[in-house]
Amino acid sequence: MTQAAKMKVSDEVAISIDQMNKWYGTFHVLRDINLTVYRGERIVICGPSGSGKSTLIRCINALEEHQAGRIEVDGTRLSSDLKNIDKIRSEVGMVFQHFNLFPHLTILENCTLAPIWVRKTPRKEAEETAMHFLEKVKIPEQADKYPGQLSGGQQQRVAIARSLCMRPRIMLFDEPTSALDPEMIKEVLDTMIELAEEGMTMLCVTHEMGFARQVANRVIFMDAGQIVEQNEPEEFFNNPQSDRTKLFLSQILGH
Amino acid sequence: MSDTHAQSVAFVRNTEIPPSLPPDTEGGVIKWVRENLFPNVLSGILTIVALYFIIRLSIFVVPWIWNGVWGADSLTNCREVLGGKTGACFSVITDRWHQLLFGAAYPRDLFFLSTMTGVPVADLVTPGGVRENTNFFQEFFFGYWRPVLAFVLLFVAIAPVLFSELPRKMLITTAIYPFAAFWLVWGGSLWVPVTILASLAIAYFAYSFVVNRSFFLGALSFLAVLILLLFDPIAMLINAAEFGRNSLAFLGWQRAENALPWVTVMEQNYPWLMNIFPLNAHVVEGLSTISSVSLASVPSRELGGFMLNMILGTVCVSLSLPLGILLALGRQSNLPLIKWVCVIFIEFIRGVPLITLLFVANVVLAYFLPPESNPDLIIRVMIMITLFASAYIAEVVRGGLAALPRGQYEAADSLGLEYAQAMRLIILPQALKISIPGIVNVAVGLFKDTTLVSIISMFDLVGLIRGPILASTDWNGVYWELFGFAALLFFVICYAISQYSQWLERKLQTGHR
Repeated sequence: MTQAAKMKVSDEVAISIDQMNKWYGTFHVLRDINLTVYRGERIVICGPSGSGKSTLIRCINALEEHQAGRIEVDGTRLSSDLKNIDKIRSEVGMVFQHFNLFPHLTILENCTLAPIWVRKTPRKEAEETAMHFLEKVKIPEQADKYPGQLSGGQQQRVAIARSLCMRPRIMLFDEPTSALDPEMIKEVLDTMIELAEEGMTMLCVTHEMGFARQVANRVIFMDAGQIVEQNEPEEFFNNPQSDRTKLFLSQILGH
Repeated sequence: MSDTHAQSVAFVRNTEIPPSLPPDTEGGVIKWVRENLFPNVLSGILTIVALYFIIRLSIFVVPWIWNGVWGADSLTNCREVLGGKTGACFSVITDRWHQLLFGAAYPRDLFFLSTMTGVPVADLVTPGGVRENTNFFQEFFFGYWRPVLAFVLLFVAIAPVLFSELPRKMLITTAIYPFAAFWLVWGGSLWVPVTILASLAIAYFAYSFVVNRSFFLGALSFLAVLILLLFDPIAMLINAAEFGRNSLAFLGWQRAENALPWVTVMEQNYPWLMNIFPLNAHVVEGLSTISSVSLASVPSRELGGFMLNMILGTVCVSLSLPLGILLALGRQSNLPLIKWVCVIFIEFIRGVPLITLLFVANVVLAYFLPPESNPDLIIRVMIMITLFASAYIAEVVRGGLAALPRGQYEAADSLGLEYAQAMRLIILPQALKISIPGIVNVAVGLFKDTTLVSIISMFDLVGLIRGPILASTDWNGVYWELFGFAALLFFVICYAISQYSQWLERKLQTGHR
């Protein structure tokens, strides 16, 4: 077990999801989801495409609306109240598959925008914070470039820095390496591992099973909108219980 | 021995090949002609046909311009000077330039003109409009200094909007300009624009005081303060009632005399009801008693010529852009009421010809408004053109909004930005950038469409040419020169707008996608 996986997880609840259900029209995407995430936990969510894993983490910061059940983030209940939603979003960072950097702003502006406008941080202070996090993801020299001038891996690291600048208590990753060339995946994963080792609460939808083994303290397998199995990574990979999990693991680890 | 490595697989170069000039056929005029004019048979034929037409056209146009007469005082006189030769009669422009630019009735500032030139006022006013004692520059810069200054200041005012490199403090000139220009063109007491400007400033102050709590409260206090300072609330109520009564009467309801006795009482107490939104006359009058700074007042019907096109163009473009953006955002709204109001508005306006709307402005609106109130025709026309253009701009902007990937909205949301912030900082800068060609297209079209007002008897550049100038005995029959001049003026402005937009597109290119 690596250092990250051994780290103590507190018993303070960061996210609690209770009997959550979601439909797209008449299609039942998420069914009776129950999940409690403790502060400092690093959870990897995997499963076949269309199983609802992205939708699940997008529900946590209200990018998607859920129709039944309850979600509490940091003790704030997600409702249709816009004030609550904005508060939760500023506490929860999100990294997307396609980075979603703002192409009309420089890297530095991408990182300072939300602190300045949402947190009302003075510009100078926000820029210092941004440079701090850009150094952390090892691209401070790109601060004045535009996203279009960076490689995919660099863009994704900027996206992580942009989220961190809001000093979130929870980070959500939605397939952060799926749109990257193989040689760029490592630089992004390294950044995420470093983040995990510092004790950030992380929910990560990914197919990087090496990453799951190394940093996760819980792996969740979803299929057809339900949580099929969850366990510690060692157990999950070496001794899967459900047939569906076994099949999935044999397919992604088989080659 | 050959330099190629055909004989053997192993090859090492040990001599450099020096660069040499290309053959003559690969450079200079010959190459250009061959590549651009005669690359193949079809293009060659087309080149020859085009050359034929260019030469035919120049055979007519060149002597026409070259022989042009500049000094005559009528078409007959012009023909005598030409003596049967082909030639333009540009004298109509030198004779009537002030009408073409400022309208037939726009008054010269005789006092200023006389002061600057030393010609007594009596000698400046000659019968028949002939201005013998002054030259063009004196007339233009001293006689018409008010609209000319307003035109020059226009560039100072829009410069910081067009060029983001300029210091942001210059935007203050942009904010003041509409009021300055209004005062310069329409004249009257300086206190009118100053009161409006000051009221807006105070209302903005109130807004910025409250906006931190809630944007809605901020907007509300802005409006409340503005209405209190600027308008007379009682008079507004009366006018609203009057508007309602007229609308009912128009729809067939009989207006019951004495049904609303309080309105009559108020009407007698407020005889200065002039508009739907009457200016708070007490403030203006009060200030005027302290000090009266005023320019000779020019009624709207005396505005004309290219100046009228410029006024309509700038006012309507600058108003329809924000309105169009709001409509585009409204059309995307999640709130059904807002969405459907915007959709119906846009679709209705786009389905109706502009000329119909102008007729509505001219004739039909008068039925609905109180009989005493007579909002200027120019204001009614401005409203209609603005609404018309904003519907088109809304659709162009909607295209830009739709072209943005969903991820941009999600990224802005996930950072906790509010709707207004997300729109202003993330979505609109990108969507508007995509929409620049479309917006410029609408703006240029709108500017040219301002000539349609000539049909509802306003004397803009085209109206003046068709009306007073071509109808006069002196210049009846001078078409090419006059419409050529009009085309030139419009072309200069429209070409400048188009060049600016291309420059802006290049500047905003940040190398993405």
